[in-house]
Amino acid sequence: MINRLFGFKGGVKPESHKDESSGAPIQKAPLPKRLVIPLRQSIRSTARCLVEPGQKVLKGEHIGEGEGGLGTSVHASTSGTVVEIAPYPMAHASGLETLSVVIEPDGEDRWIDHTPLDLRTVSREEALAWLRGCGIVGMGGAGFPTHVKLGGGRGIDTLVINGAECEPWITCDDRLMRERAPEVLSGAMILRELIGAKQVRVGIEDNKPEAIAAMQAAASGLGDAVAVVPVPTLYPAGGEKQLIRVLTGVEIPQGKLGTDFGVQCFNVGTAHAVHRAIRFGEPLVSRVVTLTGNVARPGNYEVLLGTQVAELLQLAGPKADTDRYLMGGPMMGTELQSLSVPVTKGTNCIISASPALFPPPPPELPCIRCGACARACPAELQPFELYWFSRAKNFGKAQEYHLFDCIECGCCAFVCPSRIPLVDYYRFAKGEIWARERERQASDLARERFEFRNFRQEREKEEKAAKLAAKAAETRAKLTESGETPAPSAEPEDPKKALVAAALARAKQQQAAVTPRNTDGLNADVQAEIADIDARREKLNQQDADKAP
Amino acid sequence: MINSPYIRKPASVQGVMLAVLTALIPAIVVYAWQIAAVVLVNLAIATIAALAGEALVLKLRGRPLAPALSDLSAVVTAWLLALCFPPILPWWATVLGVLIAIVAVKHLYGGLGQNPFNPAMVAYCAMIVAFPALMSKWPAAGQLDFTTQLGLVLGSARELDAITSATALDTIKTGLRTAGATVQSIMSQGNFGLVSGRGWEWLAPAYALGGLYLLARGIITWHMPAAFLGALAAISAAFWAADPAHYASPLFHLASGGAMLGAFFIVTDPVSGATTPRGKLIFAASIALLAYVIRAFGSFPEGVAFAVLLLNICVPLIDMNTQPRVFGHRGDKAR
Repeated sequence: MINRLFGFKGGVKPESHKDESSGAPIQKAPLPKRLVIPLRQSIRSTARCLVEPGQKVLKGEHIGEGEGGLGTSVHASTSGTVVEIAPYPMAHASGLETLSVVIEPDGEDRWIDHTPLDLRTVSREEALAWLRGCGIVGMGGAGFPTHVKLGGGRGIDTLVINGAECEPWITCDDRLMRERAPEVLSGAMILRELIGAKQVRVGIEDNKPEAIAAMQAAASGLGDAVAVVPVPTLYPAGGEKQLIRVLTGVEIPQGKLGTDFGVQCFNVGTAHAVHRAIRFGEPLVSRVVTLTGNVARPGNYEVLLGTQVAELLQLAGPKADTDRYLMGGPMMGTELQSLSVPVTKGTNCIISASPALFPPPPPELPCIRCGACARACPAELQPFELYWFSRAKNFGKAQEYHLFDCIECGCCAFVCPSRIPLVDYYRFAKGEIWARERERQASDLARERFEFRNFRQEREKEEKAAKLAAKAAETRAKLTESGETPAPSAEPEDPKKALVAAALARAKQQQAAVTPRNTDGLNADVQAEIADIDARREKLNQQDADKAP
Repeated sequence: MINSPYIRKPASVQGVMLAVLTALIPAIVVYAWQIAAVVLVNLAIATIAALAGEALVLKLRGRPLAPALSDLSAVVTAWLLALCFPPILPWWATVLGVLIAIVAVKHLYGGLGQNPFNPAMVAYCAMIVAFPALMSKWPAAGQLDFTTQLGLVLGSARELDAITSATALDTIKTGLRTAGATVQSIMSQGNFGLVSGRGWEWLAPAYALGGLYLLARGIITWHMPAAFLGALAAISAAFWAADPAHYASPLFHLASGGAMLGAFFIVTDPVSGATTPRGKLIFAASIALLAYVIRAFGSFPEGVAFAVLLLNICVPLIDMNTQPRVFGHRGDKAR
């Protein structure tokens, strides 16, 4: 096996601040008074609720059924009573609410019956379904369902296990690897089997020697299929694409998946959860969370999913001058809008922030194009160019300069001597581009619908006329057959009339199509609006016509 | 609300500018000690003029004074100009040059970070075109005592045409017009030292020392100085090898005029220069080639300033066509 390391360009070295909490062993957090379990636990998918208020549930009981391709199951994190099913805020910069199951623990923390899965007796698909049923998603933050990431199980050469933990302050993965290395590697071996990879490479930043030693000791019994590789400490070495690059030399472009290049990457926490799910049948109901920053007792806790941050923070004891709380690391985390938000599968760290530890940025100065950001960018972009384009709302140019390759790691803003909040500009530009895309799609859809409706009405009219003509011909034939002379009635005239009317209508339409209207050459927004109004008017006419006879 | 990242490197524009000023100190020391101590007075005059000019424009534009005045960018422009101008230039000419740079070139285009041209170089070119006589009076090193120098700067002493000479570049250029003269014959007489103008030639290593400090601090990258000096050495070596009697050696070119100052402090101006790695190489090398052509064949003795301005115009074109490949796009066609 090659043990050569590859580098990635750029990167920064912020103060690590790992020592505050890295010495604290993982402790079980006490049962909270209340659990708020969001039904949205995996990316882009909310589970269907399976319980009702008043219902008793056991720890690990299925309370939400994953829906759609990206759905995964949601479980009760402890035994107790469901008291409410209502929207609650989640930890997200938007502060948006999501449907959540509120459980009042009964204090017994009683598990539902669960049995391990013997991988030798089941098919690969059954194993993936099992993981889905256990609610396993990526625990590095994005929450991408693991069974989806395991994909087709073919064509994968290297399985990368991400233990880099490159964000400052966070130590949950460090502690997990130090204390539960055999379990993490057992999970890694299961993942390896399911994905069909030849080799496993575990990347750990070299500022975690204890974790590296523990993992190497655990790996020594697994033969040379598993390599625990110390990687240079350089943020963002733990970014999925960066770590894959460092360990395998493969560069995965934006919008592509590792599987297309024979590589797949999972977080150590995910590997640990996979181990619990397969070897014990335990669904994912807890995770390790680092509590650190401006607190009296920094530490690492095994926390039940759904525990509210306010209650969890009491364990660490935030100091008096704390002015806000960050979820995740200081480079990519978000400021919590409310302390009532629950811990979810991607919550790795809560940092209590004080003005002394995280001083507010000094005023922004003009960009001097010094290029410090370009030298720091791990995506090898020209961040200042993206900044100028985003600022000028020149979104086309921003996309041409690969705006969407930006991983929002924050390196550019970290080094900027003009202290420009560069990432904010990229988020703004991306948001605007997405909004425009959605608007365009919506107006396209409205126009298509409208055009189809016109087409359908026209077709129906023609069909009706044809049917009428056929019927008239039939009657005439019948009359001729019976030898009766047709009565001089208006009936035989009818098809003719219909034909004339149809011809008139067509002529009118053609004229309408040729004559330019003031509704031509408008932008998509206005056209969509007009189409909308036309559709409504048409509907009213139709109703009137229906009422008329 | 503040978004991520929540931590920042303690870097600032002021810090960058301060590093540039620090890097100029070795050259200022050599200048004051070897050539003319009055340069210190010129630096002071230029600094005051720059800050006053900047304050005036900021006030007119209704902008806050403190952030822009304290970022030290105007001081950098002022010092570069004071070092480019002849040391016995009258004070009003220095002030005029600095005001052209700060008011016209920097602020009329929108202030810090917005100017497409290098302010110091525009001012230098404007002055040499407007006041060719004043701008070509360079004393030989140690020729004048400090009182005379000060008198010339402050306008209290009478102009002394007889005792001021020209720069080494100028001497060679005009000397070669005489029939039969060779570079060697010109350099064997007059104020020449080891490779270039006596005393003046020591400025080059002093600027290079400051430049190495900037490189070590990561304020500038190697691309521009390497490309500039490499291209200048290459083209001068080619002509010198072909006809050493009429073309000065590469060493002479590197040690004369604005070569070293240009390589480390002028072409490396981030605002008006190219920004991509390949773009920087093209930009700096082109300046050097153009500067040599102006030195050897143009009507001005020194060409760095004009070459910088001509290449400033090309920056958008250079940047656009040298965009580096993005992570994961290595197989893509270059734009």
